[in-house]
Amino acid sequence: MAPVLETRGLDKHFGGIVAANEVSLKIEKGARHALIGPNGAGKTTVVNLLTGVLRPTAGKILLDGEDITNLPSHERVRLGVARTFQINQLFADLTPIETLGLAISERLGRGHDWWRIVGSDPSVTNEIVELIERFRLGDVMRERTGILPYGKQRLLEIALAIACKPRVLLLDEPAAGVPEDERHDILATVEALPKDVTVLLIEHDMDIIFSFADRISVLVNGSLFVEGEPDEVARDPRVKAVYLGETFDG
Amino acid sequence: MPLVPDPGRRLALEVTSFLVRRARWSPLELAFWVIAAASFWLFPQKHLILTEICIWGLFALSLDLILGYAGIISLGHAAFFGLGAYAAGLLAKYGWINEPTVALVVAGLLAAAVGFVTSFLVLRGSDLTRLMVTFGVALILGEIANKFSDITGGADGLQGVEIKPLLGWFELDIFGHVGYAYALVVLFVLFVIARRVVRSPFGLSLQAIRGNPLRSAAVGIAVNWRLVAIYTLSAGYAGIAGALLAQTQAFASLEMFSIERSSDVLLILIIGGTGWLYGGLIGALIYRLLQDQLSELTARYWQFWIGLILVAIVITGRDRVGRWLAPVTRLADEIARWRPWTARAAPTREAP
Repeated sequence: MAPVLETRGLDKHFGGIVAANEVSLKIEKGARHALIGPNGAGKTTVVNLLTGVLRPTAGKILLDGEDITNLPSHERVRLGVARTFQINQLFADLTPIETLGLAISERLGRGHDWWRIVGSDPSVTNEIVELIERFRLGDVMRERTGILPYGKQRLLEIALAIACKPRVLLLDEPAAGVPEDERHDILATVEALPKDVTVLLIEHDMDIIFSFADRISVLVNGSLFVEGEPDEVARDPRVKAVYLGETFDG
Repeated sequence: MPLVPDPGRRLALEVTSFLVRRARWSPLELAFWVIAAASFWLFPQKHLILTEICIWGLFALSLDLILGYAGIISLGHAAFFGLGAYAAGLLAKYGWINEPTVALVVAGLLAAAVGFVTSFLVLRGSDLTRLMVTFGVALILGEIANKFSDITGGADGLQGVEIKPLLGWFELDIFGHVGYAYALVVLFVLFVIARRVVRSPFGLSLQAIRGNPLRSAAVGIAVNWRLVAIYTLSAGYAGIAGALLAQTQAFASLEMFSIERSSDVLLILIIGGTGWLYGGLIGALIYRLLQDQLSELTARYWQFWIGLILVAIVITGRDRVGRWLAPVTRLADEIARWRPWTARAAPTREAP
């Protein structure tokens, strides 16, 4: 099967530091692909390269075989690549209703509509309602996002990516910082995504990874280290060494 | 509890009503414009200063569009004000366009065109870069007006401007009665358009960009083009404000490009508050009336008091002022929701 998203020899240097080194990834359509690795391995750099926040020093990014290496972020979103951020990136002054309405309007190509009032379009409001129900944001939907509890903000962070109706969704540690008892809510929404949505998950929590992923790539010092099915990766002595090594380092 | 349909439908109604309410004119707003219109009959001897307040208000409104909604700071917004003023003055003086309302639109379009071209300079960089770039553009335009003194009058200003009657009928009188009605109508029309724009999906995307440009791009917003668009619109508004001044005074001068004017409009907007459109109008009213009162008191040192007030406002913080006003807005909200014919059906927050 042809990969949906593919990188070929992706390099990213920050001055003398190599954050990504010859990263060649293939993500199959509908995959639940996990990208793991110790802190500072370059996982977020890879997501930033894939979404156009950073430009690679060398290499290519292909979406359905089309070269998107030089497309700006917003055009990649229109082609169906959306992401969440490891640290919430939300609009503090907007309410969840407005936040989701904004993303949906953009996707429907109404974003530069400067005359109609937000909310006059039932297709937008229907989608807002659907997402608010799905992510259980109803009780806080009229509040400023900036004052919401962290768990709600985290849900909105993911809901906002899903409002872009992505074909490929990049989740950068979706459960990061969420208390244990709220994690389940977040993971349940991720697991409930339609099967044709391809997901690349960055995560630290091994339980999450092994319950969710059908394929795992391990990134160490900016390079792809091992790739395979979860049990293959779990058995790999080199992976164990890396993770044990990290534990010993503290 | 009142009878409710299924929860999904109820939620849909709530979301829709939230969005609709967001766009509805509140009673306070209506009262504001009723008073503004009434001022024409209430204060006939004050029409000259009221005209000036309208023009400052429109100019500050134009700055609010970029500063309050898109987060673009400018120290050279007078570039477009001066441009509009000279455009309107020259169009009238040389008889190129005799109808003032048409000349007003043309002056606005010209300022918008220059705004469009220079917008690319303010896209990148920090606030400091933007301050300097906008300041520089105002200097350049002011100096161009100075340089072509054979048509602009240079440092003496553009004299001998004769404004024809509005719509071929209403002569601008020396007491400023017609001028005030003209300025007020233009202000109202442009305000309504701006109000609509900031509540549209486009306006919402500007607020998103101001809040978080990184995430805005990540939900598919073409950040740079949105900024170009609002900067262009804002320049057009500033140009119309300048044109109004030139037409009502039958004069344009290099001062209209000056840094003092750019900083005054910033001051006005900060007095009134950014990001709600009325800030510019209320700021202009307070600023101009204070200026009037204080300069009667101490003709030379009135800026001392303005400075003091500015510092007090910034230190106290607008949030606190907002809290003082909270009872008033709450009352207005209740009046808006009051439906005498459906007893106690006002929507209340649902129980947790």
